[in-house]
Amino acid sequence: VSQTSTEITGVQSPTVSGQQVRRRQLSDVRIIQLFILPTIILLIVMNIFPLIYSLYLSFTNYSVIADQAPEWVGLQNYQNILSDQRFWQNFATTGRYALISVVLQTAIGFGMALLLRSKFKGSGLITTLILVPMMLSPIVVANFWKLIFNPSLGIFNYLLGYTNINTSPEWLADPNLALWAIIIVDVWMWSPFVMLLCLAGLSAIPEYLYEAAAIDRASAWFQFRRITLPQVMPLLLIAVLFRTIEAFKQFDLVQGLTGGGPSDITETVSIRLYKLAFQGQYDTGTSSALAYIILVIIIAVSNLYIRSLNKARGS
Amino acid sequence: MFKRKSVFLVVALLLVAALSVPAVSAQDVSELTIWWAQWAPADFLQQIGNDYEAETGIKVTVVQTPWGDYYNRVGTEWAAKGTSYDMIVGDSQWVGQAVTQGHYIDLTDFMTSNGITETVTPATLQYYGEYPTGSGRYYAYPTEGDANGWAYRKDLFEDPQNMADFEAQYGYPLAVPETWAQLRDIAEFFTRPDDGLYGIGVYTQDDYDAITMGFENVFFSYGCDWFDEGFNVLGVINKPECVEALELYKELYSFAPPGTNDAFFQEMNDAFTNGQTAMIMNYFAFFPALDSDQNPYRESTGYFVMPTGPDGGQYAALGGQGISVNAYIDDARKQASLDFIKWFAQEDIQKRWAELGGYTCNINVLSSEEFLNQTPYNAAFAQTMTFVKDFWNIPEFGQLLEPTQRHLSAAIVAGTEDPQTALDLMAEEHDAILVEAGYIVE
Repeated sequence: VSQTSTEITGVQSPTVSGQQVRRRQLSDVRIIQLFILPTIILLIVMNIFPLIYSLYLSFTNYSVIADQAPEWVGLQNYQNILSDQRFWQNFATTGRYALISVVLQTAIGFGMALLLRSKFKGSGLITTLILVPMMLSPIVVANFWKLIFNPSLGIFNYLLGYTNINTSPEWLADPNLALWAIIIVDVWMWSPFVMLLCLAGLSAIPEYLYEAAAIDRASAWFQFRRITLPQVMPLLLIAVLFRTIEAFKQFDLVQGLTGGGPSDITETVSIRLYKLAFQGQYDTGTSSALAYIILVIIIAVSNLYIRSLNKARGS
Repeated sequence: MFKRKSVFLVVALLLVAALSVPAVSAQDVSELTIWWAQWAPADFLQQIGNDYEAETGIKVTVVQTPWGDYYNRVGTEWAAKGTSYDMIVGDSQWVGQAVTQGHYIDLTDFMTSNGITETVTPATLQYYGEYPTGSGRYYAYPTEGDANGWAYRKDLFEDPQNMADFEAQYGYPLAVPETWAQLRDIAEFFTRPDDGLYGIGVYTQDDYDAITMGFENVFFSYGCDWFDEGFNVLGVINKPECVEALELYKELYSFAPPGTNDAFFQEMNDAFTNGQTAMIMNYFAFFPALDSDQNPYRESTGYFVMPTGPDGGQYAALGGQGISVNAYIDDARKQASLDFIKWFAQEDIQKRWAELGGYTCNINVLSSEEFLNQTPYNAAFAQTMTFVKDFWNIPEFGQLLEPTQRHLSAAIVAGTEDPQTALDLMAEEHDAILVEAGYIVE
């Protein structure tokens, strides 16, 4: 082999051979660059540029369908948003929705995980069935639930014991119930997600911890508080983090169920953003500013969660 | 040297390529694309397009988008100055925006020189095609004339027991209502929840423009308008007559079936065909569904026009659309589009359009006996087209529509604002929008 190699390389001059080898063989750095470059380009084109451009637009009075160049207005859009009572109402609605929804999902999801933790006949099938809602498209779910909530045709009121449609609550029309209707659907759809993560956390708890606790005659409540909860906490916090972010930017479910109505009772910030950015208004400048405010809030809330998560992991 | 030669070669090739491309004329256009919303009239227009292809060889494709997404899709295309369509059948309120932003071409010379303006009813020409109002500049050919009307259950209205009971209760005979007050009484009379029957179905959806369109029928008939000649709104849209109109609409909603809090054309027809309501409001364009086997009460379904207000005012909220030509396509495609519109505007084609189920705006076809007797609702439609009225068509219509929908929904559906408060708040928001846009000088 050595002889053959010598013969082959001996045909050419050492300088030429070196250049060709360099051409044919890519260095590790070059390979890394080649693999990373498309992703970087995509990231810049699809994420970084729109992010920076929309930041610029948030300081202008630009409308995407008007044939006019953006005009710099400084902080005017931000001032308008933060001084408008309706925007604060939108934030309050979103906060209320996110808080109640995530708390209920966490409680129900964790509860279901505890119930399904011990294996029994058919537990796999039941777990799979419980997971079905989160696999559905939110807009399909919204349309189905719209029918379910319908006081004339739907089954929801009937299941609650209302058999007379004249006295049945109109879930999507009543200003006191409409937000609750959305929360009910969101909890139905996403509690299984919390359950799934909690199940993963629960299955990772070593059995010997419970055995040791049992030997020490620790109560079930003590075991839950000192073993189960701390062990599951990191995954539970991740579930809560995801659900909070999702709830804060919830759009499709609200749009499908109420469209923000009746009036603006269920108008979350995402719905308001959509109405501003599209729906006949096309106020691109203000909607970009609002999108940035939402982004900052989500980053702030996420940071709080991540800190708690790190603390939970550390302890 | 080599580089200079290459550049020269590329330039030469480009020149040759450019010169070898012949000038494109309308005759070279082999297909045309029309955008419209997804509904039955768009299918009828596709059939008209098929006729055009058979006659000229130019393929016409009608691309349909669901109503809910239609404006957003069009707005996005406008933003991109796109050429995905050659012609668009757009809502009447879009005209101002499309014209001021340069999305439609000016059809004035084309329509006047070909005598097309004389063939359609003045109201449809004004509301579907003209901008600014009264300017005599036209940007759309009135294609699908439409307005709100009423469908009712003749079997219930003509039932002897009902007739006797109604007369005993209200002191006048039960018949098709001629005034809004009578319509209210009839709605109340037929509201019998224990029998699963309700008096009326009215628009309540607050997504786009439904609740506004429904309310406008009462609003205009009560002598109200969205602004006066000077675009003033304070004291105009919230004057006592308008509050009365809103109180009436709110009361009508109380006679509607439960669950119709988010209702538009489909929900209206559904409430009627499942036997829940004695009367429904709807666009005439959706009445063909009631004159089909989908409606178990087909044989006993009657149609009537908008009733009059306290002072005799009679108006119907305008629906319908006109066809416009995209300003961003090349000249050959523009010419081919104009050729299509010219062909489509002919009386015999308009007759065929009406036969298929399209609502023509052609004066002669509308007044022909053949048209009036073609369907059970055509006579009411032809009558309605003489008193239609539309809302804003200025570019700010979207901004004005949003608070209108919101406050109407708050007053009618949610009940979180009383009619006076709703209209006061609406007037304030409209005023701010119109001041900012420069219509009102403070």
